[in-house]
Amino acid sequence: MNDLIEIKKSPTGIEGFDELTLGGLPTGRPTLVCGSAGCGKTLFASTFLLNGAREFDEPGLFVTFEERPVDIVSNVASLGFGMDDLIAEGKIQIEHIAVDPAELAEIGDYDLEGLFLRLELAIDEIGAKRIVLDTIESLFSAFTNPAILRAEIRRLFDWLKDKGMTTVITGERGDGSLTRQGLEEYVSDCVLLLDHRVYNQISTRRLRIVKYRGTAHGTNEYPFLIDSDGFSVLPVSSLGLNHKVSEERIRSGVPDLDDMLVGGGFYRGSSILVSGVAGSGKSSLSACFAAAACEAGERALYFSFEESSDQTVRNMRSIGVDLKPWMDQGLFRHIAARPTFYSLEMHLAVMLREVTRFKPSLVLVDPISAFIGNADQLEVQAMMLRMVDFLKARGVTGVFTHLTHGQGEAVETDVGLSSLMDAWILLLNRESSGEFNRELYLLKARGTAHSNQVREFVLSNDGIKLVRPYIGEGRALTGSARRIQEAQDRRREFERAADAERKQAEISQRRQRVKAEIDALNAELEADELELGRIRQNEEVYEAQAERDRLLIEQSRRA
Amino acid sequence: MENTEAIGEPLKLVLYIAGQTPKSVAAIENLERICASTPGRYAVEVIDLKASPQLAREHNIVAIPTLVRQLPVPIRKIIGDLSDKEKVLVHLKIGN
Repeated sequence: MNDLIEIKKSPTGIEGFDELTLGGLPTGRPTLVCGSAGCGKTLFASTFLLNGAREFDEPGLFVTFEERPVDIVSNVASLGFGMDDLIAEGKIQIEHIAVDPAELAEIGDYDLEGLFLRLELAIDEIGAKRIVLDTIESLFSAFTNPAILRAEIRRLFDWLKDKGMTTVITGERGDGSLTRQGLEEYVSDCVLLLDHRVYNQISTRRLRIVKYRGTAHGTNEYPFLIDSDGFSVLPVSSLGLNHKVSEERIRSGVPDLDDMLVGGGFYRGSSILVSGVAGSGKSSLSACFAAAACEAGERALYFSFEESSDQTVRNMRSIGVDLKPWMDQGLFRHIAARPTFYSLEMHLAVMLREVTRFKPSLVLVDPISAFIGNADQLEVQAMMLRMVDFLKARGVTGVFTHLTHGQGEAVETDVGLSSLMDAWILLLNRESSGEFNRELYLLKARGTAHSNQVREFVLSNDGIKLVRPYIGEGRALTGSARRIQEAQDRRREFERAADAERKQAEISQRRQRVKAEIDALNAELEADELELGRIRQNEEVYEAQAERDRLLIEQSRRA
Repeated sequence: MENTEAIGEPLKLVLYIAGQTPKSVAAIENLERICASTPGRYAVEVIDLKASPQLAREHNIVAIPTLVRQLPVPIRKIIGDLSDKEKVLVHLKIGN
């Protein structure tokens, strides 16, 4: 094992940069920040200095060769740095070294001892630990003897190292070299390159660590951002597939949709794709997800690339989803940006940064198809992959909407996203008998048994409802067709019932009639039997009488 | 004509040095030689910035040695050890 002391690093306080360099800039050593005009060199340098003074108790000296001190103060004022206060507290000092070549004549040998004396004085006055030279190359236009100048600059850097100053030197990008005057040859410890590239009319700022002696560092180009929060570097790295999974289910805000999934709802941390044609209700469904998360006391972050925040709030009110209170409570955050505002990578980086800051449990991106106009599909796919991985690694549920143009039987997404997604909700808007009806299919839901049946997707004043469509005769009907069919069925049912009742009545009447006839015949039979009995009785009486009469006659004849 | 004017209004010169470095010493010697050739024409002040570095900031001095012609205005600055006497004289006259 070697126990070499690791290079000491001074944190810059620049979001993302310190993570990237595993600690910041090399302490007590010079760092060269180079790049073309307007790429943020001075801002990087001043942020490094101001953060040092404010957060790390390292006073800083800003040596400007170009801009006047008032300009520097006002430049960073827009970023919320109270440089004035720090100057008043003696934590920051600005030393303006102005050299006007017009009033200068060179006769004989000279050196820049005056510069050294001034720097030493300023460093000692505030006990500076950090120093920025912006930009020392200006000296080359002021002094005509490059040999003296180079020797003096080399001496300056050695001197700063001896004093243990953590130094940032800015330098303008030259042709074929990092800086115009070849400053990189003096700075061997750390070289950063800032870049500003325009592709498809969208500019992206990127930062690359060209060299960082004695330390591990990321070698990629990283997008960075200059906005109202100052300078932030956005490392975008692809994460593996080793994220934890959750058994927990989340509510979608549409109870009928949750019911379509066995177990009720989607898994937490899954990525859900909502695809559909224009006006099929993608954003509305997303808003329901967001509202459900907020109701559960969780945070939801909504990235919209089509609608402004106010517009979303207003529109979602029409379906009974009021996001405003959640927004006021800080549970719901809506970030709207046009897709053309940044490059793809920058969009991703900004989204990741916002997720890191806001720590939501649900992220909505509406819609991802907005990017396709500005970048090719592979790039969009790669971006979504990183986004999905990033969210999964954090256990954040992601809802992505995707605008499809066709809705033929072969459903495909333009960016080949389906394989990235755990669940896929397909929304259709079908025309039939003169009206459009929204339909919802749950195409896939990994790890969950779910209904494979179409649902009619109804947006009402009090939320989204999924209605089971009319199913019969081998087809499913929705909308008016469903209602007409249902009405017809009701009518037919009514008729059939009436018919049956009538028939029943008829039969029972007939039965009664027959019964009455049977009764009559029985009565007749009874009467006949009575008659027969009487006849038989009469016959017996007659026969007895006849017998008696014959006996009487016999008696009389004998007699 | 030029001479009388110069004597009436001497050029005010300030020479900035930083300690007794060879360059500073050379500059002082060269300037003395120049002054000696036209006595009374120049009023010279030598400032050692090593002793009072805040003057470097106040007077905006970067290179050492620097010779500043403060009067008459406009201010002229010559840097270097002033080894070329003719050139120094030319530069001190410009704008006068």
